[in-house]
Amino acid sequence: MPRGVRRRYLALKLVSDRSVSREDLMNTIWDDLIQLFGEYGASQTDLTLIRYNHERDYAIVRCSHKAVEMVKASIASITEINGKPAAVHVKRVSGTLKALLKKVQFSDSSLSGG
Amino acid sequence: MRRFADLHLCPSIEDSDQVEKMIGKSSERGYRMVAISLPLNITQTKVRRLQKICGDAKLDFVTRVDLNPKTSKELLHYLRRFRRSFEIVSVICNSKSVARQAAKDRRVDLLTFSATNIHKRFFDRAEAELASNALSSLEIEMAPLLFLEGSLRIRLISSLRRESAVAEKFGVPVVLSSGATEEYLMRDPWEYAALAGLFDMGGPVALRGLSEIPFSLVERNRGKLSPDYVAPGVRVVKEGDCCPEV
Repeated sequence: MPRGVRRRYLALKLVSDRSVSREDLMNTIWDDLIQLFGEYGASQTDLTLIRYNHERDYAIVRCSHKAVEMVKASIASITEINGKPAAVHVKRVSGTLKALLKKVQFSDSSLSGG
Repeated sequence: MRRFADLHLCPSIEDSDQVEKMIGKSSERGYRMVAISLPLNITQTKVRRLQKICGDAKLDFVTRVDLNPKTSKELLHYLRRFRRSFEIVSVICNSKSVARQAAKDRRVDLLTFSATNIHKRFFDRAEAELASNALSSLEIEMAPLLFLEGSLRIRLISSLRRESAVAEKFGVPVVLSSGATEEYLMRDPWEYAALAGLFDMGGPVALRGLSEIPFSLVERNRGKLSPDYVAPGVRVVKEGDCCPEV
């Protein structure tokens, strides 16, 4: 029986003087992904925002396990969001959301929103 | 646990606020050793102040100088004058003659090339052969990969891909450093390893360029700069009245 799609969950920490909306964050990640790997490469990442905590500047994104290095490189190359200096750091990577939450010791409620 | 080093942090030395912030950030990001680019005429008071800031952040501070000679003769003059004053000597190779001289001189630790001008990147097979005999390393700064855009970044990635392959073939150690001039350009060692994938450098090789290679480089130079050092493999163990007469 074919195995389901293997995914990776990445916990991200935003560093910015301004507050960043979830749309701005995802648009920036997509822009950098397309700049570095092109539309074809970006289409292979299967990138989705899973959770975003605006107050604590944390986010969780999901991607295909084959594209995790591409996504990490794109996230590391972010230097500004909406024209303002910013950085996004990958804190942990895990195969399941449950394990990731355990690893980064977030409570489920701190990362509200789907 | 693996220790990491950032051999090129470039805060403005005069701005103590920025220096403290960047050193603090380095410690947070998981580094245990940082080298800060210092001007040739730096005073001992300033060096001690930097050492204290790094000590407070639980970081090992390494003095580094970036030499930017116009000719190979000027490079030799700089090396004679400043080699023993700094733990790491990096040469910015802006011409082929300087690059060749730097690669074959054992006093040079790091070979650095322009990130923005691809025509001034002279790390080819001949350069790699000279560097491998003289034990100098190729330095790759990661900050330009973050702030350059479009065709400039594409050309840089392409050059780095070629250079890292040549370095591997000739056994030239590659040191990855941040080259960060501000906080927002600083990244974790693992993020740098992911970025190194852009120029086909494998994760383990990239992590070695951020840990084992810089640590062994600094250790070797500290040994040479110690007053006990005599020659490679020879150092003073004991001297004075306590030694038995032969």
